[in-house]
Amino acid sequence: MKLIVKIGLTLTLVFSFMACGNSEKDEKENISLDDYSSETQEKETEVISTPDKAGDDLSNKGIGPVKSLDFPEGIDSEMANQGAVIFKNMCSACHKMDKKFVGPALVGVTQRRSPEWIMNMILNPEEMIKKDPIAKRLMVESNMAIMADQGLKEDEARSIVEYFRQYDAEN
Amino acid sequence: MKPIKNIIAALVLMASFTSCNQNKEGEKSGAMASSAAEKVYVSPGEHDEYYAFLSGGYSGNITVYGLPSGRMLKEIPVFSQFPTNGYGYSEETKDMLKTSFGMVPWGDAHHPDISQTNGELDGRWIFINENNTPRIARISLETFETEEIIEIPHSAGNHSSSYVTENTEYVVAGTRFSVPYPQKDMPINEMKGNFKGPLTFIAVDDKGHMEIDFQLDMPGFNYDLSHPGRGDSHGWFFFTTYNTEEAHTMQEVNASQNDKDFIAAVNWKKISEYVENGGGQKMEAEYVHNVFDHSTQTTVSTTKNEVLRVDPRQVPGAVFFMPTPKSPHGCDVDPSGEYIIGNGKLSSDLTVHSFSKMLKAIENKEFDGEAYGIPILSFESTLAGIVKNAGLGPLHTEFDDKGNAYTTFFISSEAVKWKLGTWEVLDREPSYYSVGHLMIPGGNSRKPEGKYMITLNKITKDRYLPTGPELEHSAQLFDISGDKMELLLDFPTHGEPHYAAAIKADKIKENSKKIYRLDENKHKYAALNESETKMVRDGNEVHVSMTTVRSHFAPDNLEGIHVGDKVYFHVTNLEQDFDVPHGFSVIGANTSELLIMPGQTKTITWEPKKPGIWPFYCTDFCSALHQEMQGYIRVSPKGSNTPMKWGLDDEYKS
Repeated sequence: MKLIVKIGLTLTLVFSFMACGNSEKDEKENISLDDYSSETQEKETEVISTPDKAGDDLSNKGIGPVKSLDFPEGIDSEMANQGAVIFKNMCSACHKMDKKFVGPALVGVTQRRSPEWIMNMILNPEEMIKKDPIAKRLMVESNMAIMADQGLKEDEARSIVEYFRQYDAEN
Repeated sequence: MKPIKNIIAALVLMASFTSCNQNKEGEKSGAMASSAAEKVYVSPGEHDEYYAFLSGGYSGNITVYGLPSGRMLKEIPVFSQFPTNGYGYSEETKDMLKTSFGMVPWGDAHHPDISQTNGELDGRWIFINENNTPRIARISLETFETEEIIEIPHSAGNHSSSYVTENTEYVVAGTRFSVPYPQKDMPINEMKGNFKGPLTFIAVDDKGHMEIDFQLDMPGFNYDLSHPGRGDSHGWFFFTTYNTEEAHTMQEVNASQNDKDFIAAVNWKKISEYVENGGGQKMEAEYVHNVFDHSTQTTVSTTKNEVLRVDPRQVPGAVFFMPTPKSPHGCDVDPSGEYIIGNGKLSSDLTVHSFSKMLKAIENKEFDGEAYGIPILSFESTLAGIVKNAGLGPLHTEFDDKGNAYTTFFISSEAVKWKLGTWEVLDREPSYYSVGHLMIPGGNSRKPEGKYMITLNKITKDRYLPTGPELEHSAQLFDISGDKMELLLDFPTHGEPHYAAAIKADKIKENSKKIYRLDENKHKYAALNESETKMVRDGNEVHVSMTTVRSHFAPDNLEGIHVGDKVYFHVTNLEQDFDVPHGFSVIGANTSELLIMPGQTKTITWEPKKPGIWPFYCTDFCSALHQEMQGYIRVSPKGSNTPMKWGLDDEYKS
């Protein structure tokens, strides 16, 4: 008897969705199905298994307000010093330069990532860890610890990047 | 039988789902257009049109609701300790509850009133009075936090409060239980003529800071409620009185002997000038003024010893009594400022006084005797009209923007709409049950918004699922945009709301603060980054400056604490993103937790009782690694010499 009831309810649900559905809704449902079954999961597995493939190079500018940024020849040491202070106050609870802490060690970051990517990771972390392949991978590698948005202004982020450049030049 | 029932249910469901597309068409025009559900439905993720601030009565707090949905958004702790976030427990906030009687951890919050500019709500602050240990608090509408509490000396039962004048020049406090002024030891039954009812005018500066300007030495009646004049009557304040009999016992009977009590009309502008020119006598007082400083994140408490007393008889033309029948309760002034409504709570009528007639009567000296030297205007001389047989037991009146007034009737349990000027009753709707206050957004200003009204009921009974003998009170939302009031929604409230105030959400939400900036944090013990974290011993006191970030404490291992120590945990939240608080709690703490907003520093104390390794942890689910956000404290026996050592990730400092 129970089986019949279940069949009845299932049919009801099927009918009800059919009846209410319009093309827009169907599309949305398909999208969400795709999200779960193929895109996200597949991508993540792919990324984890072959970490060097998925856009892990200097051509990835990330997602966020900074579209292009060219470093000048030399290093602005005043800016770098300001950046060091901001880094200490806003970032050092999770990032060390020379060792992996909550987040990755930052030594060499200016050689690994594009200037824009670093800026966008600081300024727009919430979207980056959702959409950017490198950021997504790093979050998994960081034990799912998210990159916090510390509410920095663009010039503050830029001075932090200058500090990274100085550090990388010296180490 | 069961399967058949289920099949039927399934068919019903089918039918309902299949018809949903047609409904969409029908919603716009048919009967659905006036559905109450549709009017109060705010879709998930959408915002309400109004913020409503409901006093929490004996909870001591304010609750914030969205209208029209009736969704509770927040409880703001004001006069009561609030373990949810540590208000009144933390070192920074416990002095907010300091009074001349010591720390008073509870209060009876009554009448919230939003600050005004040019007679319109400006959304800067909300004031609320405490009835039991007389105080007034100011809450910032940027942070939704209590920033200031001032005690009212010489007052008892601060009920006719905390209404503000048209430009927030003053917020007022009154005395509902007349007392010796100043206090003294004397026989209770010698009350008559010897007790007083001081009315206190507190000046508010442009930062919101309150300072007592003067105290009006009024006869020993009970000053029940009040409202400011507005428009032409700006510069005046009106207070209802009862117990003009000055009965000291069995007031239930003895305070209802006189057919009429008074509405006191106070020309505060005149008294303000008098005081400015050196009028009034300084008298001894003892009261505490607490201000929370957002920069140091600490309460500064000051005890004051003096108040300026003004004898109303010394300021000609400053105070008059208008006779008002039947122990009036609510004292409400219409948006134009012309009509002053006395809600005679033991009557079925409402008495409406005219401000312009009052001025004429004063000019023509149409007096009908005096009370303790204060002229009593003749009843007829100020009377604008009477709303006849409107209901039983009128309590409070609010107004819309179309010349109508709405009065609650406690005994007949209804809200009644009537017309200003013609005094005719236009509509009545029952309110469930025994309605006290009512509120129309902007209803106490020059610009009320006649869209919604809420009634605040004293008795709940069967309105909700029963929850044992004790029930939350019930509020009801009405649509008042049409000719008839239409009941839309019931929603439970917290504590006992005495009055409420509401304002368009647009006037507040853009200014609502999201974080506290770390670079503005001037807390004495803040560690603004992990390298500043430390433990400092001073005798048996140990100050720990600690930080939080998703998802660890620094330090998370602490040693060198001994039984008998008093440990201060000063916890700074290093986050700078919206809605990322961290919590802090430690086993056996004889206090509350802390809930620390981004950029804030808060402190609790801990006096470990037993040696051992004791954990502490974050109480707010902050991240996927929240369960890992914990630490250990080593407590050694009293007198041992375990050195202080603290650190994170096995890197120690000492």
